[in-house]
Amino acid sequence: MPDFEYAPAPETVPVEIAPRNGLFIGGQFVAPKSSKYRTTTNPATETALAEVAEANAKDVDLAVAAARKALKPWANMKATERAKLLFRVARRIQERSRELAVLETLDSGKPIKESRDDDVPLVAHHFFHHAGWCDKLAYAFPGARLEPIGVCGQVIPWNFPLLMAAWKIAPALACGNTVVLKPAETTPLSALRLAEILQECDLPPGVVNIVTGGPEAGKALVAHKGLNKVAFTGSTEVGKAIAATVAGSGRKLTLELGGKSPHIIFADAAIDQAIEGVVSGIWFNQGEVCCAGSRLFVEERILDTFIERLKARMRSLRVGDPMDKNTDVGAINSKEQLDRIQHYIKLGIDEGATPFECSTALPSKGYFCRPCLFTNVQPSHTIAREEIFGPVLSVMSFRTAEEAVARANNTNYGLSAGVWTEKGAKALEMAARLKAGVVWLNTFNRFDPSAPFGGYRESGFGREGGRQGLRAYLKVDGR
Amino acid sequence: MASKATSAKLSVIKTYKLYVGGAFPRSESGRSLPVKAADGRVLAHISHASRKDLRDAIEVAHAAQPKWANATAYNRGQVLYRLAEMVQAREAECIALLCATGEISRTDARKEVALSIDRCVAWAGWADKIAVVLGGKQPVAGPYLVYSTPEPIGVVVAVAPEKNPLLGLLSVLLPALAVGNAVVLCGGHRNPLIAATFGEALATSDVPPGVANVLTGRVSELIPWIASHREVHACIAAGLSKPDAQALELGAAENMKRVTILDRDIDLADNAALHSPWIAERLVEVKTVWHPSAI
Repeated sequence: MPDFEYAPAPETVPVEIAPRNGLFIGGQFVAPKSSKYRTTTNPATETALAEVAEANAKDVDLAVAAARKALKPWANMKATERAKLLFRVARRIQERSRELAVLETLDSGKPIKESRDDDVPLVAHHFFHHAGWCDKLAYAFPGARLEPIGVCGQVIPWNFPLLMAAWKIAPALACGNTVVLKPAETTPLSALRLAEILQECDLPPGVVNIVTGGPEAGKALVAHKGLNKVAFTGSTEVGKAIAATVAGSGRKLTLELGGKSPHIIFADAAIDQAIEGVVSGIWFNQGEVCCAGSRLFVEERILDTFIERLKARMRSLRVGDPMDKNTDVGAINSKEQLDRIQHYIKLGIDEGATPFECSTALPSKGYFCRPCLFTNVQPSHTIAREEIFGPVLSVMSFRTAEEAVARANNTNYGLSAGVWTEKGAKALEMAARLKAGVVWLNTFNRFDPSAPFGGYRESGFGREGGRQGLRAYLKVDGR
Repeated sequence: MASKATSAKLSVIKTYKLYVGGAFPRSESGRSLPVKAADGRVLAHISHASRKDLRDAIEVAHAAQPKWANATAYNRGQVLYRLAEMVQAREAECIALLCATGEISRTDARKEVALSIDRCVAWAGWADKIAVVLGGKQPVAGPYLVYSTPEPIGVVVAVAPEKNPLLGLLSVLLPALAVGNAVVLCGGHRNPLIAATFGEALATSDVPPGVANVLTGRVSELIPWIASHREVHACIAAGLSKPDAQALELGAAENMKRVTILDRDIDLADNAALHSPWIAERLVEVKTVWHPSAI
């Protein structure tokens, strides 16, 4: 068979990035009171992209005050008008989608293929979907008395920077709240570009405020007494600390936290499709996905052949320049995260599991990690229990459906689960028994603004998306 | 021949027990608390549940929950309706117990029992309908069948308010049971007689053993253990003091337990709010299931 090499197919649309970026407060970009800036870099090249303001408690105060000032007029605006503003935002995102995709890939390291085909289209869709809810909330909660919650402080992670901003902002605004959003410190640029779009669309000043920065800004925001609600997506560890901060304050809280999601392959599955599902489950976005299918359970009698076929498929994954349209696995978001992943890989080896990596060459610069799978994994191994948030798959086996359910549910998490079988009744019963907020049957990693997303147990609480997701941004019967 | 002192019959002062796993154990701690009438006369004693009693009750609830969750919603509805029948049958006793401590009038007691029976009937009716309101099919942009469905969360601790002893305990108990959870109910202690005898209604109402358990005593003492127990998945509480509410939320932060705190001054006669499915929303987990749809 001839050896076909891909020629590089780089995305070349230039995107202007201001060398220095302020905070977005009260509808204006302003210099931070802290007078501090942080450099955000491209993790694929380790080159600086821009300086971004580093908010302190004083800046957060100003942002919360701006959101408070904007609250009443926004909540009292005619719902059909509020809807039109959000529809307008959705359209502008679609029109500027290429620019947003490029910016997202530059700042986060995710493949352009994913930011272009998954992230940004979902961002526009999320605004479009929620725009339509503005004047229909009474039908979502029949018989209930509804009010906006008020000023919402929202803290989001770096794995889907713009998508997480949309998941937080769109439902909050649709329900008549105003927000202060803090993007992750390593990926602030797309949220700031969204702020520009909101300005363009004449969203009233103060309805959305964006404070960039690190843990100092994040802590000041989640503890702020001027908020009525805190929403956080990120690690379970930080989520617990936030829950403790908010406890007893009367402020509302929703948390979308970590996972160690099971992916179960029965012998009667459509194997080729299941292989693709496993690949998407763990190597989509370099595995930096809270709902990643990081624990693979394969029915024992097909274990060996399944692993061989999975390894063959791994060899064809293209790892490298995220701006190359052929790239399947891009750069890890930061040096810190790459170190963390490598620490877990070493731990896996030390604890006795057997690693396999695809042999692809990595670029000489940037934070890259080859897709990796471990066999001979015991449920007690750290790599089978803790969230790695990287392209590392732990493979285990099972004999009966009962055993698969028991092992899959044996975790403190409960965000997602995947099941592959061609037997309908079995698939539906597995879905009923798995303790996870999202169950993908014969598919994996599907998202839609109309489909609620969120976890059981230590994967957090509350849902994002759909009618159920609106609950997080409304007071229903005063609660 | 009997002396004068013993010829007048002594009333039997009962010590009410806990209701755990379908049985009526005493507190393992051996502790009890007196219940007094307005004039200070001791009416009865109730068991004063300990941390160990709480843990035992959670364990039996945990074991009983899957079967209750897997019962058809129609079946759960009928069992809760049977509970309404049992409360109705004990109407006179309930009124007497509500009045025993002298805090409310007979008229108010009669009203409370009537409202309580209505509350049971309302939630019996929700059992096979709440999924229609809290779940549904999702219109995603792609070739997938996607449905969301409220699943029982598991084991719920329900803390009854101090006021309206019967209506209060039913208001926190019924939503949790209707959606398929097993419950450990902690009764208030101002007039604990209703909570202390409620196990008898449960025992005769077809609620399977272990699915609903009743502890009496001092709730404040149990709050830290309720909050920290990892096999309690949710807590619905009414009438907590501010420090207790904060302690509950703070403890729950560590294990992500879902906490619903109803206002201390909640109007328990407000059927619109307390028959609302939105009361039960943190007692369920919404699960969303995707499957491709293709030929």
